[in-house]
Amino acid sequence: MNAWIRAGVLFCALLVWQWVTVEVGNPYFPPPLRVAEAAVRLWPSHHFAADVLPSLLRVLGGWAAASVLGIVIGVLLGRSRAAADYFEFVFTFLRTLPPPLLVPVFMLIFGISTEMEVATIVFGSVWPVLLNSVDGARSVDPVMADTARVFRLSRARWLFGVVLPAAGPKIFAGLRVSLSIALILMVIAEVVGATSGIGYQLGTAQGASDLPGMWSWIALISLLGYLLNRGLLAVEHRALVWSRP
Amino acid sequence: MSMLEVTGLGHTYGSVDAVSDVSFAVEPGELVCIVGPSGSGKSTLLRCIAGLLPASRGDVFLHGDRVSGVPSDLAVVFQDYSRSLLPWRTVFGNVEFPLRDRGLSTVERRSRVEEALAWVGLSGAAGKHPHELSGGMQQRVSIARALAYRPALMLMDEPFASVDAQTRADLEDLVLKVRLEAGMTVLLVTHDIDESVYLADRVLVLSPSPATVVETLKVDLASPRDQITTRGSESFVRLRTEIARLIRR
Repeated sequence: MNAWIRAGVLFCALLVWQWVTVEVGNPYFPPPLRVAEAAVRLWPSHHFAADVLPSLLRVLGGWAAASVLGIVIGVLLGRSRAAADYFEFVFTFLRTLPPPLLVPVFMLIFGISTEMEVATIVFGSVWPVLLNSVDGARSVDPVMADTARVFRLSRARWLFGVVLPAAGPKIFAGLRVSLSIALILMVIAEVVGATSGIGYQLGTAQGASDLPGMWSWIALISLLGYLLNRGLLAVEHRALVWSRP
Repeated sequence: MSMLEVTGLGHTYGSVDAVSDVSFAVEPGELVCIVGPSGSGKSTLLRCIAGLLPASRGDVFLHGDRVSGVPSDLAVVFQDYSRSLLPWRTVFGNVEFPLRDRGLSTVERRSRVEEALAWVGLSGAAGKHPHELSGGMQQRVSIARALAYRPALMLMDEPFASVDAQTRADLEDLVLKVRLEAGMTVLLVTHDIDESVYLADRVLVLSPSPATVVETLKVDLASPRDQITTRGSESFVRLRTEIARLIRR
């Protein structure tokens, strides 16, 4: 029932969009049907292998690397008083840097390359998952910690069997924020300094005044963001069944 | 040789004395209760014995070995069962979890878990998660976890303080039954005088903080004990009155 209502709302919104853009006739805002035409023309063409796939791989690769880094460092910081004392302020400082600022820096270091893009994505999206992992690892109940000591759990079992699952809800919250940041940075990096990718095609379409094409790439980015987030939510739902009694 | 020997144990937090000078012994197969007023340092004492907290003074010996750090054949049942069980593991998984680092085969782990769950009457709930169980059942899971671990000594820290009266009586009887079946030596800390008399072979009465042992009382009640007749018996009433006097002094 709800799904039907949602579909109806979406349909009406598209209808209003179509009607308004046709009535106004502003070339910068092409009607959605023309954007859809451009999408059908561009998305499945050679662009899929040359641009869409590379973008997707960069965003997923960068985000995965950021996630692993963030979880490992975060859990260590969260469980070690000394490490937290020495390093936490460094991370709180680094996190406040707006990540797009680093695009020029990484461009100097890596040139216009996939490395530059991935470095930007990793550096920008590591913070939410790192800081949430710190929080999550710290939130392990002291009674649980005592229990683990009493039963003399090995270090690995303590980390993987107790700390990581206990921190799971916070880690997943961080992963979701990181994913959306990774997507944004992918686009920015590609618009500014790349020779392929969705962001690059977006910039090219804009330069060629192919406005329906430009809008179609924007729509594709939103669509990807939506689908990636849905996928992650599905994984989270499975992994954290226990946390929703 | 005593199962547990505590000599001159004391603990000081900063400048506050929580436990001043405690000495006692627990014999194999005995169930000893430590009873004391709230805030008398009972939990501190228990944490020192478990090796979770280094004592400031004195020694603890578990079957002759001096305790430094948590000994390998000791288990603790905590008051907060809900915070001590892993919510993402089933009942079976929770009981089995500590056995995984003990070099046991899968078959042996399984048989130990099944035995322990049968002792506490939870064989039918092995596949459930803790949040699906009542408080009393959750505490039975943590008792089963301790039993499956087969410790030489089981420590219980106010194990029934967070459950309702009826469940509490059931769990008391469960401990009495299971410690005979499993041949377990138990040291149980409680603030409840009646509970200490009902359960124990011996009761150690603690003074208010900083804790010392004021008196050791042998409980000469018939076994098996019964919630109604034992609690109504003359010697039960005499013992609880005596302990109450010692504590209120």
